[in-house]
Amino acid sequence: MYYGLSNFYQNHRRYVKSRDDSQLNGDNSSLLNPSKECEPYRTSENKPIAPCGAIANSMFNDTLELFHIDNETRIPITLNKKGIAWWTDKNVKFRNPFGTTNNLTALFQGTTKPVNWPKPVYMLDSEQDNNGFINEDFIVWMRTAALPTFRKLYRLIERKNNLQPTLQAGKYSLDITYNYPVYSFDGRKRMILSTISWMGGKNPFLGIAYITVGSICFFLGVVLLVIHHKYGNRNNSADIPN
Amino acid sequence: PVNLFEQFQRVANAYFLFLLILQLIPEISSLSWFTTIVPLMVVFTITAVKDATDDCFRHKSDNQVNNRQAEVLIDGRLQNEKWMNVKPGDVIKLENNTFVAADLLLLSSSEPHGLCYIETAELDGETNLKVRQALPVTSELGPDIRRLAEFDGVVVCEPPNNKLDKFTGVLFWKDNRYSLNNEKVLLRGCVLRNTDWCFGMVIFAGPDTKLMQNSGRTKFKRTSIDRLMNTLALWIFGFLVCMGIILAIGNSIWEHQVGAHFRIYLFWNEVVNSSVFSGFLTFWSYIIILNSVVPISLYVSVEVIRLGHSYFINWDRKMYCPQKDTPAEVRTTTLNEELGQIEYIFSDKTGTITQNIMTFNKCSINGKTYGDVYDDLGRKTEINEKTVPVDFSFNPLADRKFQFYDHSLIESIKLGDAMVHEFFRLLSLCHTVMSEEKNAGELIYQVQSPDEGALVTAARNFGFIFKSRTPETITVEEMGKLVTYQLLAILDFNNIRKRMSVIVQTPDGQIKLYCKGADTILFERLHPSNEELMSLTSDHLEEFAGEGLRTLALAYKNLTEEHFKEWFKILQEANTSVDSRNDYLAAAYEEIEKDMMLLGATAIEDKLQEGVTETIASLSLANIKIWVLTGDKQETAMNIGYSCHMLTDTMNEIFIVASHTGMEVREELRKAKEHLFGQSKDLSNSHVFCEKMQESKQDSVLEETVTGDYALVINGHSLALALEGDLENEFVEVACMCKTVICCRVTPLQKAQVVELVKKHRKAVTLAIGDGANDISMIKSAHIGIGISGEEGMQAVLASDYSFAQFRYLKRLLLVHGRWSYFRMCKFLCYFFYKNFAFTLVHFWFGFFCGFSAQTVYDQWFITLFNIVYASLPVLAMGLFDQDVNEQNSMDYAKLYEPGQLNLLFNKRKFFICIAHGLYTSFALFFIPYGAFYNTAGEDGKHIADYQSFAVTVATSLVIVVSVQIALDTSYWTAINRFFILGSIAVYFAILFTMHSDGIFVIFPNHFPFVGNARNSLSQISVWLVILLTTVVSVMPVITFQFLKEDLNPTLTDQVRKLQKARRKQKPLQNYMRRVYRTNSRRSAYAFSHQEGFGELITSGKNM
Repeated sequence: MYYGLSNFYQNHRRYVKSRDDSQLNGDNSSLLNPSKECEPYRTSENKPIAPCGAIANSMFNDTLELFHIDNETRIPITLNKKGIAWWTDKNVKFRNPFGTTNNLTALFQGTTKPVNWPKPVYMLDSEQDNNGFINEDFIVWMRTAALPTFRKLYRLIERKNNLQPTLQAGKYSLDITYNYPVYSFDGRKRMILSTISWMGGKNPFLGIAYITVGSICFFLGVVLLVIHHKYGNRNNSADIPN
Repeated sequence: PVNLFEQFQRVANAYFLFLLILQLIPEISSLSWFTTIVPLMVVFTITAVKDATDDCFRHKSDNQVNNRQAEVLIDGRLQNEKWMNVKPGDVIKLENNTFVAADLLLLSSSEPHGLCYIETAELDGETNLKVRQALPVTSELGPDIRRLAEFDGVVVCEPPNNKLDKFTGVLFWKDNRYSLNNEKVLLRGCVLRNTDWCFGMVIFAGPDTKLMQNSGRTKFKRTSIDRLMNTLALWIFGFLVCMGIILAIGNSIWEHQVGAHFRIYLFWNEVVNSSVFSGFLTFWSYIIILNSVVPISLYVSVEVIRLGHSYFINWDRKMYCPQKDTPAEVRTTTLNEELGQIEYIFSDKTGTITQNIMTFNKCSINGKTYGDVYDDLGRKTEINEKTVPVDFSFNPLADRKFQFYDHSLIESIKLGDAMVHEFFRLLSLCHTVMSEEKNAGELIYQVQSPDEGALVTAARNFGFIFKSRTPETITVEEMGKLVTYQLLAILDFNNIRKRMSVIVQTPDGQIKLYCKGADTILFERLHPSNEELMSLTSDHLEEFAGEGLRTLALAYKNLTEEHFKEWFKILQEANTSVDSRNDYLAAAYEEIEKDMMLLGATAIEDKLQEGVTETIASLSLANIKIWVLTGDKQETAMNIGYSCHMLTDTMNEIFIVASHTGMEVREELRKAKEHLFGQSKDLSNSHVFCEKMQESKQDSVLEETVTGDYALVINGHSLALALEGDLENEFVEVACMCKTVICCRVTPLQKAQVVELVKKHRKAVTLAIGDGANDISMIKSAHIGIGISGEEGMQAVLASDYSFAQFRYLKRLLLVHGRWSYFRMCKFLCYFFYKNFAFTLVHFWFGFFCGFSAQTVYDQWFITLFNIVYASLPVLAMGLFDQDVNEQNSMDYAKLYEPGQLNLLFNKRKFFICIAHGLYTSFALFFIPYGAFYNTAGEDGKHIADYQSFAVTVATSLVIVVSVQIALDTSYWTAINRFFILGSIAVYFAILFTMHSDGIFVIFPNHFPFVGNARNSLSQISVWLVILLTTVVSVMPVITFQFLKEDLNPTLTDQVRKLQKARRKQKPLQNYMRRVYRTNSRRSAYAFSHQEGFGELITSGKNM
């Protein structure tokens, strides 16, 4: 399950660089003294913001819930919120601040939440290994998109067994807790469900492109062969003027 | 540090520094500072190292000259002093065969009367000895060092100038005034000959000397590609600014239309808060990002390639001369590709085309030729090493260097053939050579002209040894016995007479006149009874001349005592007459030199350098025009022209311009022109109209219309006039239409002027080649100067850009190295521009999708390393090693040289093709990943459409596309090419994985944010599918185009390549050289020096 945003310039230069990788990597000094790149989301109320910067500040915070309507009863679909980020991101790139305690609240002592966030970073999730900087929703958001129209992995819907499809045919309902304003910049929100194959998600472009280029190549090959046979030998036997 | 400063003075480098400063401004900086500084440092280091080595070499060679030792009289003693420390006013002692260190006033010498002999070959190319005589008052000083040290004369003279043949000045000494002229002055660059020592006072030293004044200014030479490159760099810069402006405007609009609604997420900076200002800043940001279209590494890569080519030339064993132990040397490493574009060659004659060695080669005595070698079957054979030379061991005084191959001549001498004896007797008597017997059995001849020397040496070897002379006698050892002749009169040589005679009395009282001279002149003065012999000899002369030999006819006459006495009276009258003495003398000479009996003819070979004829032939096949500029006189020059086939009898017309006034020169040029056009089109009746027509048309058009071969010979006088003002155009026009141009009697400065003229009017690339100091100016002013090294004088070599030992290497230098250099450089530049455009313009396309925010597509490290690591070595390898056809074929098919002259391989059109190609590739590079990434997910469902994966995909595609492209471009594969191309890709991946590895991120989390990216995205199949597609799409049109071109419209190069491939499969074909046989009319050249001989000196007894 993906959420998609359009007309959202996550690739804007000012936006892209507005983060502090050291801070996100759990560096304690950066935590309290974030990089200048984060301006103007560096400090608020004279406290350093954790996580600082525009990317973090604008984190997508709608909640999507999917229900299967089976005989008028809403059966919630289990949405896996773990395993949506790259392993390297989760384990290498993003780390919570390092300290003597495991208590995130204590570790983020002296920092404040990003301006737009309703709650601080250490309250993103209840589970310890998905909280703070290593919250996977956060990590996914922080991996900025290449293009202004993009989608990001929201949840995984796992197949229960091989006998039945992951999502059976039927009625479904989607509950959205609307937090994220996109109207102002003409953005669109989408929810995408996609099945994964060996080539990744559904993507017709490559197939069409391959067929086109392949036919062009074939056509050119034939044309060149004809040309070569008709005209090519004309000059070969001609002797070379010295 | 100084070097750093110097480097910043170059515009390009200053520009990059400016960019660097821009990057330090945070609002603008779209890239980290290291993206510019790292390449910049690399570039600077390489340039600095190169400059340092260059400087080092230059200093070395300069020191060599500056530190030559001269003996200077200081404090009454002779001390060794370096040349650079010699000051005007010093008294210098010179020894035999040394270079004169400065312009000197001759004070005294070892020879009587203060005479001294110098060779001025370095100055004007003339090889005969010249006499200089000190003032009588100073010559008395002799070798007395004490008195010389006290010498306190004051010289007042003209300011330093470049006229070699004029000097005016006054010497004040001991209250007396002595006027000074050229005869009293030794100029720097001369060599002292036949004089043990002499003393001179320095008048001008260092840069004031006439030699240095003549050498012209040193200019920094640049190649036309360099200039083109600079223009293109400017254009690209303009293009860059345009793109910057487009994107900046886009940015302003975007900020206004879209960004304004996006403020919640995308704030303004505190500094930037209006869309216009933001646009302005974006402009600079984009300038930084896109600056790689003006590639920082271009200049340094070009330098490296040139350096590499230079080493190839230096290491070329086929241009190494084992006799002189001199390899070819590249002294200016920046001009190599210009060697592939030469259109005009200006060559010196003496020492360059000719060896400056005269040998007695053949003769015709009494109707029989000697000198050819016949094999057993009676066929003429080529003389080679195996041919047994005549053994002169019977003659203890024989010159060992002299070689003669015809044994029949020595047999007829031994048999006592009277005519043959008479022939050699004449050679041993009729000359103005002076002899010196150093030790017993070691004769040294002081010759004024090398021709005479050759003749006398020949006579000496055949047993008629000229031993010594006094004013009245000549002693000759004839076949072992000494005979002394009374010398009654010398009828000296001059230009009009073209002959010289001596009248001698044999010991038995017989009076004989011996005469040698130009055949045409002499044949008119023969006794009618010689008719038959004359026609026979004539045939022989024709044959000799056909081989390019210089011929002389010899005759004698027996005189009766009364006749001689009668004539002697006339002579003395003539001698004493006050006015028009010369006319009377000439008349008197005329009187006696008639009714002579023909003896035969000699043929002297002015030995050409090895392989000159073949070289010139193939160079002219390559459409290179060769002009010979020589200080020698017209006849000699023309003779050489014939012997090296620059002039042939099949030529339609040879124009000779030798006039003294501007009007005459104009007239002659006009005539020549009329002739040229008369052949190809009807001249309109009206002269004025005709001229207008000619002017209205372009020179090049005219050139096409001229059919047939023409040659122009012009002498220095006329040249001086022709170079003036309005005649200039006419001269160039005529000269450029001729196949061969020979300028004789030109001064060093005129040589340079001619070169400048052609440079100015034809816009062609010129090359000057010479060996002497007189060629320096020419060498310096031509685009490329070549010095022939290995001879004594190193002056030309020092001023030159290239030097090698023999003229024939020129062919290899131009046709192989020059052509390859040009070819490689062009390919390199094409590819380089293509690569940079493909690399950079992706940012442009991306700009439309990232709000024109100057966000880069690639990782910053990739931008830093792409040009200096990933993509530089393969293209360098191609620039260094690529060759379209092998060396043998480039020499055989001289026509292959033409694309270079026409500038076909890299010009503005080609440049735009490269740009378009780059543009197309960048388009493919961006939009295919764009399409693929638009809505996609990874194999495991995790998203890969993020910015970083996109960057990695595009970067990987780019590296692969660029590598495939260079693989397609390379036409000559070496192990190094393979290694570099594959190596670059390997290095790319290695660095990619390193940069994206965990370890490096942990150390510098802020600088390597791409951690884990390579691993994650490159493990996706779809990413590889995208890369493959991109590669195919980018390369396919190029393959198609190339195939069509080669198939339908192959160039000569393609054909030769095909042939080469075919030949490699078969057994190598035997290469045969056609020998050029030629028919020639007879030309006689009595190529004595232009001066009057020593006759007067001898008879006056001054030098005895």
